[in-house]
Amino acid sequence: MSVSRTKPVFTQGDEFEAIVRSYERAGGDGKNLLSPKFASMVVSGNQVLSTHELPGLEMVAEQLSDGVAARVTVAPGTKVELPVHLCFGVLPERGTQRIVSHFEIGAGASVEFLAHCTFPNSVEVIHLMEAEVRVGEGARMRYSETHFHGEQSGARVVPRGRILVEKGGAYLSEFSLTEGRIGELDFDYTVDVAERGRAELMVRAYGFGSDRLRTVETIRLNGAGARGLAKSRVAVREDAVSDVIATTEGNAPDSRGHVDCVEIVRDRAIASAAPLVRVTCDSAYVTHEAAIGTVNKKELETLMARGLDEEAAVDVIVGAMLKS
Amino acid sequence: MADDSLLIVEGVHLIREGTEILHGVNLTVAEAEVHCLLGRNGSGKSTMAYMLMGSGGYLPSGGTVLFGGRDITDATMTERARLGMTLAWQEPARFEGLPVLDYLRLGMAEPSEERVREALEAVALDPAVYRSRNVDASLSGGERKRIELAAVYAMRPRLAILDEPDSGVDVLSLSDIRDLFARMREQGSALLLITHRDEMVEIADRASLICSGEIVMTGEPAHVQAHYCDRCEICDVAREVEEAADYERV
Ligand SMILES: Nc1ncnc2c1ncn2[C@@H]1O[C@H](COP(=O)(O)OP(=O)(O)OP(=O)(O)O)[C@@H](O)[C@H]1O
Ligand SMILES: [Mg+2]
Repeated sequence: MSVSRTKPVFTQGDEFEAIVRSYERAGGDGKNLLSPKFASMVVSGNQVLSTHELPGLEMVAEQLSDGVAARVTVAPGTKVELPVHLCFGVLPERGTQRIVSHFEIGAGASVEFLAHCTFPNSVEVIHLMEAEVRVGEGARMRYSETHFHGEQSGARVVPRGRILVEKGGAYLSEFSLTEGRIGELDFDYTVDVAERGRAELMVRAYGFGSDRLRTVETIRLNGAGARGLAKSRVAVREDAVSDVIATTEGNAPDSRGHVDCVEIVRDRAIASAAPLVRVTCDSAYVTHEAAIGTVNKKELETLMARGLDEEAAVDVIVGAMLKS
Repeated sequence: MADDSLLIVEGVHLIREGTEILHGVNLTVAEAEVHCLLGRNGSGKSTMAYMLMGSGGYLPSGGTVLFGGRDITDATMTERARLGMTLAWQEPARFEGLPVLDYLRLGMAEPSEERVREALEAVALDPAVYRSRNVDASLSGGERKRIELAAVYAMRPRLAILDEPDSGVDVLSLSDIRDLFARMREQGSALLLITHRDEMVEIADRASLICSGEIVMTGEPAHVQAHYCDRCEICDVAREVEEAADYERV
């Protein structure tokens, strides 16, 4: 018989409700934050509003002056069946939120995190994310993070990740910022992958207005037979600027890596992509592909020949690309 | 001119990059008619298709195009499509991340699962397998062409312009294609069937022969077919234009 522990740390029910509403605006399902079936943590500013743990999954959070430090531990061999829901939000127009997190996924464990970060009223919100992750031998961690920064001026978001994947482990991450404004995104993740481990990094972003995006993905395949994929899908329009730097290093025998960047640019926007592949071992094999261009005329016209106007056709093409 | 003409092309001239490609073309397609436009490589068939559909850069320099009694010579592609005209490209576009299901639903006035299934079955693709595939480079050339035909079928257009629908679609036999077109016609679609394969003429009600940017004859399919087989030689102007620079990502 499994027991679960809920620690409702908050007293301000209104704030919890407000954060759940904005969590839903970011694409989350509010029910899941309250359901005992799902492990979850809700953070507003520097307040931990709730945590809900499950057997084998521990989440310890402590308040910092400007955010929260969280330690997430999954015991060896624990298979967390349902996704763990994380909600980080800042409701006021201004403020800094720093999330210092440490993930420890024990050998053979498997877990999926669904994080939603929401700054719905942001005029000048700064969100700093400093994550350290260790995926143990044969363990598997999937981490999906979706942001919503409001429709006004967006936020400044600085995610930093240092990830270690041990022998036979897998780390799969997806970062998505495709609804509302971005503001400024400065993303930088580095993954070191040991023998037969696997890492996949994916960034999806849609910038417009004066949005600025810089994403740096680095995968180092350090163990024999390690696999890595650094992927990005970015669209920019109006005066937005995006800079994608994706590196994969093949440093061990039979390691295989691939870098895959696609960007669509419109209006006065500027996009650049720097796929970098580096091989230090002669049986490693690392490839890359990068495509930047405007919306393809034939794709556009094909949809217009089905009755869509130009704007709707562009939305379909960009939307599909961002999901691919 | 017959009263039931859905499409009337009169004296259309078209210039591409300083070269006149269509030289005063005349063509009519009746409601629910299967009209075959037959011609050798490079004779101007695809140019006709793009011009009819209103593709960018294919505006006539002279002449008129009427559709359902309306002058659409200057209409946009979207306007033409909303009037019920559509085009299946000779080399259909690929879309990253766009599922077949969404692609087929896009053009449907009333999207329904049922119609999607029916459209895929009409081109001999298993809906269970294909509805969730993407319309991207992972499809073979033949699969992509069949999905294009399915999308046109699903849309139930008044006029479908099909540019070489049979090329690269070897799984569909001539009789499958005939069945598909018969079903489209029953549902009220007229077809302008563009091809260089004369055996396609057999499934048409009428045929026209295009040569060097001119319609040189229109009439009974068998008659036009005989003329084409006896008289037409493969021109040295034959050249693929599908890869032309204007279709590349800039
Ligand atoms: N942009 C262009 N500039 C100059 N010539 C062009 C251009 N586009 C097409 N042409 C020429 O116009 C002629 C007709 O081309 P079109 O593609 O319409 O032929 P087609 O009948 O469809 O041929 P195919 O059977 O090979 O598909 C060809 O000679 C082609 O080279
Ligand atoms: Mg052609």
